Amino acid sequence: MSFGPFLLLAVLEGTVMAAVLALTAVGLSLVFGVMRVVNVAHGEFYMLGAVLAWFITYYLPFPPALAWLAALIIAPLIVAMIAALADTLVLKRLNYDPEATIVATIGLLYMLQQAALTFYGSDARPVVAPFQWRIQLPWFGYSGYKLFVVLAAVVILAAVWLFMTRTKVGLVMRATQVDRDTAQAFGINVDRVYAGTFALGGALAAAAAVLIVPIQQAHYLMGHDPLLLSFIVVIIGGLGSIRGTLVAALVIGLSDGVISMFFSPTLAKIIATLLVALVLVFRPQGLFGARA
Amino acid sequence: MAQDLIGLTPSRRALLKGAGAGLLTAGFVAPVWAQAAPVKLGFQLHRTGIGAAYGRWYERTAQAALKVVNEAGGINGRPVEIVFEDDGTDPKRGAEVVEKLTSQHKCDLIFGPLFSHVVIGSAPRAGELKVPYLVCSEGFHVAGGMLNRWSMQPGITDVRAQVSSMAPWVLANLGKKVTMVFPDYAFGHDHRDYFTAAVEAGGGQVVAQIAVPPTETSFTRYLPQIPNDTEVLYHVMVGPAVLTFVKELGEFYGTGAKPEIFGFIDSLEAVDMASPGLEFLEGSHFWEGHCRVKQADASEHEIAYRAAVGVDDNGASVSDAKDVSTYAHMFSVWETLHIIKAGMEASGYQGIADRQKFVEAVEAMTEMPESLAHVQGNKVFNGKTHQVFGHQFISKVEGGKLIKVHTTSIEESLYPDAVDYTTQSF
Repeated sequence: MSFGPFLLLAVLEGTVMAAVLALTAVGLSLVFGVMRVVNVAHGEFYMLGAVLAWFITYYLPFPPALAWLAALIIAPLIVAMIAALADTLVLKRLNYDPEATIVATIGLLYMLQQAALTFYGSDARPVVAPFQWRIQLPWFGYSGYKLFVVLAAVVILAAVWLFMTRTKVGLVMRATQVDRDTAQAFGINVDRVYAGTFALGGALAAAAAVLIVPIQQAHYLMGHDPLLLSFIVVIIGGLGSIRGTLVAALVIGLSDGVISMFFSPTLAKIIATLLVALVLVFRPQGLFGARA
Repeated sequence: MAQDLIGLTPSRRALLKGAGAGLLTAGFVAPVWAQAAPVKLGFQLHRTGIGAAYGRWYERTAQAALKVVNEAGGINGRPVEIVFEDDGTDPKRGAEVVEKLTSQHKCDLIFGPLFSHVVIGSAPRAGELKVPYLVCSEGFHVAGGMLNRWSMQPGITDVRAQVSSMAPWVLANLGKKVTMVFPDYAFGHDHRDYFTAAVEAGGGQVVAQIAVPPTETSFTRYLPQIPNDTEVLYHVMVGPAVLTFVKELGEFYGTGAKPEIFGFIDSLEAVDMASPGLEFLEGSHFWEGHCRVKQADASEHEIAYRAAVGVDDNGASVSDAKDVSTYAHMFSVWETLHIIKAGMEASGYQGIADRQKFVEAVEAMTEMPESLAHVQGNKVFNGKTHQVFGHQFISKVEGGKLIKVHTTSIEESLYPDAVDYTTQSF
């Protein structure tokens, strides 16, 4: 394959990856920004989204497109409820102590993973894509659905951004992020804001998984990679900064696509991890993060 | 001191009582226990992890074979039971499972593991514990001499034999310039090394070798490495993402020109051929260790086996048509259990003290004619390399079904011995 088409394919793959990554990482970033909780179980919310999408599309007697659309709405809602429950039952009781919440979310990670293994099983199961449309370019074919994933991710991210900047709930969340105590003094129910933020973070991860599951398959161990990459993105972008997270997701996604295609996927991971190390040494607050 | 001695000296009455109890145990209880004591076989199972699809069907096949063996009177007149232990398809856990089955469950022997990295990680522990370890793994690590006297593979042909017997057919019917895509670990390396050698020996050329990590979830990025002048694309993939791999291959080629595709069914084991996105496979070829779809010339033994395990004519579970089996591999579990029976009976196996005699009895085996014990077909066992050799099948996808078009001979699959395990000490 000659250089031009090769690069085109690499950029396409990188864009799809960046879109899904942005969606996953924004959830992680929101939770850290507002709650100061490092949610190690974030990847499992992603996995739950995919597994629930399988259950929903398998048991709903709809045509594939409708069943998948139902999954895109129902799966994030269920995951949001589970996340809110985890916040109320576990994190709140630890008073959001940074060290304790890390350990607690590690525990949550294993509980969710083992629950999926018990109730869903150890197989990778496919979810039928809502449509089977393939773009045939002169050099190679490409899945139309993958391009749709990019579009859907952009729409969801735009909605999140509007929600955070243009609505009262978003304002309340930002107020809590800036100063929890003052927000509480002004009559904001911080407990509810926290539960809501954790739910939103989980829902975004689940939505990303529902988007990706027709491309990959739902598997109980699938939460590991997105968690790692989300952390990389969030650290580079600056913990708590949504803008930074989006920029970092684009950089990491595209560089991963291009480097892994021209060289090797392992090298792409090495470079991403090296970038994290450099950021931590020279700019610990991240590219767009505010100084603590 | 003297008093103590007197106290320890048993009275006449106590002696008699003791003797009576001993008689009771020896004359009455012991024979009943001996008759009922089952032969205990340990099964190292990939119930979870990347080999889970295989594990599910290996367990079902083992249960079906166990039922058949027990209904025919067990082994040496003793009932047989299997202890299943999950190794998570993880080499480290595999060695622990070998330990647990041997030391804790006191199993007579261990069989069943498939994934080559797990087998290579577990076999040394079996050798140290001196417990027979019968693998169903296809890898060349048994016949290649990497393992030990206690490890054997009597139930399935190894990759080297498989690929060298099929290479001539691929070169003659599909093309001479081959690109290989394989998983980047021991099993895939066997494919890379021995298929490449066989292609070159047959006058063909391997133009590219593309290694993919077995835990990879996205494959499109590897596909542009396939050179344009490729005539045959040879693919073999494992793990939970195999369906993604084949689907992305289809998307990549789309309706454009594409090479002939020759795949190992591993790339689609436990996957429904009718899955959306696999239509492009129509007309392509697959290796099958055992034909998933019931063929017109299926033997009575194969039909009986299919029914016993609970597989329908399309290779799916009789209770769920979407639950597709790992049919090309799981016969090895059935055949291995029957070889265990034959080996234990030939050696007059009584208990774990006879483990060495069992290994020697299996080493003495040669011809294994097709029967209910060898449902996949005739086989020849090489006692020196601890490896069995059998027929391989090449199937073509016609109307979404795998139809057998070629059967290799056993002679085509033979190669010079790389090791003589019988010269190693126990």
